[in-house]
Amino acid sequence: MTTVNLIIMIIYHLISAFISFVLIWSIIKTKNIQEAILYCIILIPFVLRVFHIK
Amino acid sequence: MSDKCLRNAKIISLVFTVVVILIAGKSFYEHRFFKGAVVLSSGVTEVKKLSDYFAPLKGTMNDCNIYIFDSKVPGGTAMVVGGSHPEEPAANLAAQVMVENAQLEQGRLIVAIWLNKSASTVSRPGDAYPQFYYIPTAWGKKKFRLGDRWANPLDSWPDPEVYVHYPSGQMLAYMDIRNMNRVWPGRANGTIVEQTCYAFMELIRAEGVNVFMDLHEAELEYPVISTIVANQNAQEVAAMASMILTAFEFERPIGMEFSPPSLHGLSHREVGDHSEALSVLFESPEPFIDRVRGVTDEHLLLTGKDPFVMKAGEHGLLYEKIDERGWPIEVRVGRHCSTILQVVQTYSEMYPDKAIAISQVPRYADLITNGVGYYFYNPTTVSSDRVVYE
Repeated sequence: MTTVNLIIMIIYHLISAFISFVLIWSIIKTKNIQEAILYCIILIPFVLRVFHIK
Repeated sequence: MSDKCLRNAKIISLVFTVVVILIAGKSFYEHRFFKGAVVLSSGVTEVKKLSDYFAPLKGTMNDCNIYIFDSKVPGGTAMVVGGSHPEEPAANLAAQVMVENAQLEQGRLIVAIWLNKSASTVSRPGDAYPQFYYIPTAWGKKKFRLGDRWANPLDSWPDPEVYVHYPSGQMLAYMDIRNMNRVWPGRANGTIVEQTCYAFMELIRAEGVNVFMDLHEAELEYPVISTIVANQNAQEVAAMASMILTAFEFERPIGMEFSPPSLHGLSHREVGDHSEALSVLFESPEPFIDRVRGVTDEHLLLTGKDPFVMKAGEHGLLYEKIDERGWPIEVRVGRHCSTILQVVQTYSEMYPDKAIAISQVPRYADLITNGVGYYFYNPTTVSSDRVVYE
């Protein structure tokens, strides 16, 4: 059971890292400042998850 | 917006985001890795780790300290545990008062301050919980971490859809697989909380614990409050202790309740059923965790004064009385300390061949007179080998 949990946890962190990357890429590419600010706000919890802080 | 303006706005937004991440991250990191000093009483003869009894816990967040007092005089063994639910501070404070003050005249005493240490590393920002609280002492304010009822998801995730308790098969709410007091007696190959309970069961069996006391606090809206919950093997000791405490010591009564035989996962049920130990659980009132409370801050945590909880009491919605005096932390810690001492004394009278004699632990009246901080010692003024951190 704990092995399955560990695998899911690792996948979850990989997904979080991927979403963080996509958000940063979107910030760079977007021409709309409101979208850029929105992506910045969304980015915060994902980065904290990737670094295993919260 | 020109490309240059857009680029500058993006840079400012990203810088602001990084600043927010750093501030939030620093706050969460400090809370998770905070270590509080514990000054060992001269009665502490050994400090072990929980992983000494179950090696897979070594290096995990729940590998807490186990404080052992050995009088070298033959007798029984009592065990006191706090921090099963780290949002109930009177439990871990009472356990730490024991570690910093107790002397053993006969038998042995084993104390764990943080039963579910992982749960102490996560708070409830959504419920406006403060991260830390401070107990005033003669040498300054002593800092303590306020935790949650459930282990940190960083240590145990994901939860199942439905938590099926082992070994009973009883179904419980999903998040209770991270609730230390729903997981007893634990299992060796389970989640970290199940392994923690299993390790404590191994400890209880290996050390031959005779009386097991689990300290808790309860909201006043909850019927199991101001009471000793006892496994059937501890009913006589608990009943006698509650009567003595109510008659001679406490301003407000402490009751005694039977541990329901079919309600599994709780320490008062499982420790008694899966070991030789008499198992009891103490509840003191904590208005801070009442649903109807008002401002949720350190003041409420330590004074137990809340006008909304009082109003609920006026409407007969509570199971414990509350007035403008509230339920201060010294009252709650005092009730726990006196209940521990009384249960041990009553046990010793009923089982004289396994008697345990504890001294130097403050009782209810002492804590009300002097406050909790009076019984915590300055870690900078004692020898470093008598200070541990956890």
